Amino acid sequence: MDYEIIVVGGGHAGCEAALACARKGHKTLLVTGNINNIADMPCNPSIGGSAKGIVVREIDALGGEMGNNADKSLLQIKMLNTAKGPAVRSLRAQADKVTYPKNMIDTLKNTDNLDIKEALVKDVLTPNNKVSGVLLEDGEVIDSKIVILTTGTYMNADIMVGDTRHREGPHGEKPSNYLSDNLAKKGFIIKRLKTGTPPRIDKDSIDFSKTKLENGDNVYHTFSFDNNPMYDIDKQVPCYLIYTNDDTHKIIRDNLNKSSMYGGLSDIKGVGPRYCPSIEDKIVRFSDKERHQLFLEPESLYYDDIYLQGFSTSMPYDVQEKMVHSLSGLENAKILKYAYAIEYDAIYPTQLKFSLETKLIENLFTAGQINGTSGYEEAACQGLMAGINACLKLEGKEPFILRRDEAYIGVLIDDLITKGIRDPYRLLTSRAEYRLLLRTDNADLRLREYGHKFGLVSDEKYDRFLEKKKNIDKAVLEFKDKRLTPKDNDYLMSLGTKALKDGVSLYDLLRRPEIKITDLVRYLDNEYSAEVLEQVSISAKYEGYIKKSLLEAEKLKKLENKKIPLNIDYDAMHNLASEAKQKLKEVRPNTIGQAMRISGVNPADISILTMYMKRG
Amino acid sequence: MDDTIAAISTSQGVGAISIIRVSGEEAIEIVSKIFSNKNFHNASSHTIHYGYIMDGLEKVDEVLVTIMRAPKTFTKEDIVEINAHGSIVTTDKILELLLVNGCRLAEPGEFTKRAFLNGRIDLTEAEGIMDLINSKTDISRKIALNQVGGKVSDMIRNLRDELAGIIANIEVNIDYPEYEDIEEITIDKINSNLSELEKKIDKILTESKNGEVLTNGIKTAIIGKPNVGKSSLLNRLIGEEKAIVTDVKGTTRDSVEATLRIDNLILNLIDTAGIRDTNDLVESIGVDKSIKFINQADLILFVVNYNEKLSEEDKLILSKLRGKNYITVVNKCDLEKKIDDSNLENVIYVSALNDVNIDEIGKKIKEMFNLEKIETTDLTYLTSARSLSILRKVLDSVKNVRKGIEENYPIDMVEIDLKDIWNLLGEIIGESYDEELLDQLFSRFCVGK
Repeated sequence: MDYEIIVVGGGHAGCEAALACARKGHKTLLVTGNINNIADMPCNPSIGGSAKGIVVREIDALGGEMGNNADKSLLQIKMLNTAKGPAVRSLRAQADKVTYPKNMIDTLKNTDNLDIKEALVKDVLTPNNKVSGVLLEDGEVIDSKIVILTTGTYMNADIMVGDTRHREGPHGEKPSNYLSDNLAKKGFIIKRLKTGTPPRIDKDSIDFSKTKLENGDNVYHTFSFDNNPMYDIDKQVPCYLIYTNDDTHKIIRDNLNKSSMYGGLSDIKGVGPRYCPSIEDKIVRFSDKERHQLFLEPESLYYDDIYLQGFSTSMPYDVQEKMVHSLSGLENAKILKYAYAIEYDAIYPTQLKFSLETKLIENLFTAGQINGTSGYEEAACQGLMAGINACLKLEGKEPFILRRDEAYIGVLIDDLITKGIRDPYRLLTSRAEYRLLLRTDNADLRLREYGHKFGLVSDEKYDRFLEKKKNIDKAVLEFKDKRLTPKDNDYLMSLGTKALKDGVSLYDLLRRPEIKITDLVRYLDNEYSAEVLEQVSISAKYEGYIKKSLLEAEKLKKLENKKIPLNIDYDAMHNLASEAKQKLKEVRPNTIGQAMRISGVNPADISILTMYMKRG
Repeated sequence: MDDTIAAISTSQGVGAISIIRVSGEEAIEIVSKIFSNKNFHNASSHTIHYGYIMDGLEKVDEVLVTIMRAPKTFTKEDIVEINAHGSIVTTDKILELLLVNGCRLAEPGEFTKRAFLNGRIDLTEAEGIMDLINSKTDISRKIALNQVGGKVSDMIRNLRDELAGIIANIEVNIDYPEYEDIEEITIDKINSNLSELEKKIDKILTESKNGEVLTNGIKTAIIGKPNVGKSSLLNRLIGEEKAIVTDVKGTTRDSVEATLRIDNLILNLIDTAGIRDTNDLVESIGVDKSIKFINQADLILFVVNYNEKLSEEDKLILSKLRGKNYITVVNKCDLEKKIDDSNLENVIYVSALNDVNIDEIGKKIKEMFNLEKIETTDLTYLTSARSLSILRKVLDSVKNVRKGIEENYPIDMVEIDLKDIWNLLGEIIGESYDEELLDQLFSRFCVGK
C-alpha cells in the first residue's frame, strides 16, 4: 500500500486534514487539481469574523495550522464586538491572498510523511463498501486505507454569469466532473448548492476620497496562542466603506431578468446562502432600504485587486460595469475580475458520523464545503477533525467528538449531521447555546489538552499552556485572599467606586462594573501576564452567568450520556409519529441528547424512544 | 427519567382531601423546601409527618406528608405524598410550589410508566398499559396546544415575536458588527419592551385568577357572631341549590372544608366547623380568628342580624373588610329592625330561615368577580398550574434582565435572560426553538458579502 491516507483537495479543509495526518506520523498524500492553488482564498480576503474567529483560535488550540498561517499573512486585524461582552469577541483579519497560500504551501512541503500530487480524482475505490484507494482521471490507481474528500466547490461546478453557464471551478480552474456522480452511484444523497463572489476593482481607479476609512486595531493581536505579532501595527492596510444609491438600485431593478438567479438562467437548482445574499437579492427582498453598505477590501500587497464586499452578483458583464460605476468613488473604476455565481455538488451531511466518516462507506471521510458549509474557517476545522479522526480510526481508537458546550467546532459538526442543511452553513454566535463558555480567550483552556493528547501540540507548547493554567489558579487565589479595607477608600473613590465599610476581597471588588482588573494589580504580590489577568477578570465579573451556562451544559452532558444502541429498530416502535420515525431513521442519533435536537422529533417521541430502550 | 415529577392524584374539586404525589430522585428534597417544620433528609421510610406547606413565610395549608423511600414504592423511586385539604385552590397552589421548586408536571399515566420502566409492573401487565400511555401522550400533546385559548395565545405569540425581533437584532449586531446602518439595540429599547411585557403578563395572571375562580372556585369565609345564623344560611345555600358538601373531620384538624356549588359558582368554604357546630355556643369566633379568615379568603360573607345593633367587634371587623370582596348579609330581615345600616356596604337583606332573597347572594358574587363577562367569552386565561408557573418564571427572568441592565452587564449577557423569556413563552404555547430565531435574523436584516 502506497499511502495510509489520501486527502482529495488542497483547500482549507484539505490542508488541515493532510497536516494533521502527516504530523501524527501517517503516510499521507494530498491530491489537488493545481498545486499553485493550494490554500487559495477564492472569495473574501479575510480570516475570522464573528464566531469564525473563535473557530480559528480553536483550530490553533487543537494544533491546526490556520491561525499560525493567518498570523504570518496579515494585512490588518481587529477584535470585533469588544463592547458587547466577552463571549462574542472575535478576531477578524484581512489576509494577503498571495502570502497566505504561499506560507501554507511552504508548511505542507516541509512536513514529513506528506506528499503532494497534482491530479483530479475520478472515483474513490470502495470494494465491499470499504475504501481501498482512489482512481485518478488519467486512469492511475493509488492505494490507501483512508480517503478524506475535501473537494470544496469543485464537484460538478458551474460558473454562472448573466444567461451563461459553463462547467468550471473558481478562478477558471478545472472542475471535478466525475466524482459526485460516482458518489451518487454508491448511494450518497447529493445536494446542489450555490454561492457567489463580488467583482474585483483596480485599486488605482478608485477615488478613495469619497470613501470612509476603516482601520485595524491599534493594539496587537494574534490568532495563535503561541505566536508573537508578526506585523507592524502602523503599517496595517485599511479597508474602506461606501454605500449603494438610488442609481445602483434602479440599474439592478431594470436588469433583474438578466441576472442568472432572476431568470437569466432557467435551470438553477442550487440553494444559495441566506446570510450571503447577492446584491440583487438585497434590493428585491429589502426594497424599502435606501442604501446598502459595501466594503472595499485589499486582497494583497502584491497586486492591485480590491474586493467589493457586499456586491456579489450574477449579472452579465455590461450590467456589472454600470452597477459598479454608479457607486460613489467608483465612477471610473476598472473591473479586474467580474462577479459570478457558482453552483456545485455537496453531500447531504446527515449521511456522516460525528467523526466525519461517512455512514455508507467505511474509512471514507468528508470535510469542508463538500459537507454543505461555507467559509474558510468552517472548512478548516472540519478538515482538522476529519484528519484527527482518520488517524484514530487507523490506530483503532475511539473517535474524537467535541460537544456543543466545548467548542464551536462541536456546534458546527453536530448541526450538520443532526439537522442537515437547507443552504450553505455558516457559523454564527447565535447557533451556540453555550457561547459564554465558548470564548475566544479560553479556546486553549477548552481544547489544548486534546491537541496535546492527539500529538498535534508539542510538549513545549503544552508546558507553556500548563504554566498559564497554573498561574490563573494562583491569581484567582490571590485575588480572593487579598482584602482591601476602608483605609484603601481614598484610592477606591478615585476610581469612581463606592467606599468600603468592611474588608472586601479583590475578587469581590472586581465584580463591580466600574473596576478594571488593572486598577487592582497594585495590591498583588505577584505579577501576572495580561492573558492570565483576563481569565481572572472574566470569571469574577460574569460568575453568575457563567455558572448558569455551566448548569445548562451539565444537563446537556447528562443527555449525551444516554447512548442509543446503533442497531435500534425504529420501525418496531409503533407509536412513534411518522415524521419523527423518518427523521430518526435518517439521522440515526447516537444519544438521546442528539435525538432531541432533530427538528420534527417531539418530547413525546423521545419518551417513547427511551421507553423502548429500557424495555428492549 | 432523572427528573422529579408531581401531580394531583385525587380527582379534583369534590373530595375533602387531595393527595399530591411526587416521585423521583429529588422528591424528598423538593418537598422539604416547602414544608414548615422539618427537613426530611433523615426521615425513615414509610412515615407520616404533620405540618404546613409554606409559600415563603405564608402558610398555604395544613397537611400530612408521607415519606416513602425507594425501592419499596409504586414507582420504585422515592415518593412523597402530600395529604392536603380538598379545595382546588390550595391543592393547585401546592402543585405550583412543587413545580416552581424543581418538579416537572407528570404526564398522564407517567407514574404508571415509571412503575413499568423501573420493573415494578411485569411485562404482560405493562404491554397492556403501553398502548394506553401512548394514546394518552398523544392526547396530552393536543391538550397542551389547545389549553391556551385565542386571546392569550395570541398575546403570548405577539410578545414572543417582539422579543424575537429584539434578540435577532442583537444577534445581527454581534454577528455582523461591520454593518453600521443596522440599528444597534439599546438598553432603552429593551426596557420599554420589558415594561410592556410585564404589563401584559400581569394582565394574564390577573385574568387567569378570575378564570381560576370560575373553574376552581372562590375561597370563601362565612363569619359573624355565633348566634347570627351562619349555619342556617349555609344550610339554605346548600338545600336550595343541591350543592355538594363534603366534610370530614380529620383527627388532627380543627377545621372542616366544604365545596359549595351555587348558580354555576364554586365556593370553597374555609372553616365551616365553627359554622356547622351550632350546639357549641361556647366556641365564639373571636375577632382575631375572623381577621385571619378575612386575610385568607377571596370572598367573605359577613353575617349580621337585622334585629340587633352592631357590636364593637362587628365594627372592627367591618373596618378590616374594607378593600376586600365581601358581602354584608343582613339576616332575619323579616324581624324588627334594630340595626343601623346607614354605613354598611354591599348589603343583601335575607332571611335564611324563611328563604327570602337568598339567590341575590349568588348574583352579587358573580357581579363582584366579573364572572358574567368571563362566562360568555372563550377561554381567555391560563388555567393550568404549569402555564402559570412558567409565567411566574418569566417574571423572574424579566427581573434578571433588569438586574443585568442595572449592573451594566454587556448586551451579550443580558440577552441570555431575554432568550430565557423567549423560550419560556414558547413552552406555554408549545412552540419550539429550532431555527426560528435564525429565520428572523435573515428575514429582518440585510447582511452578507
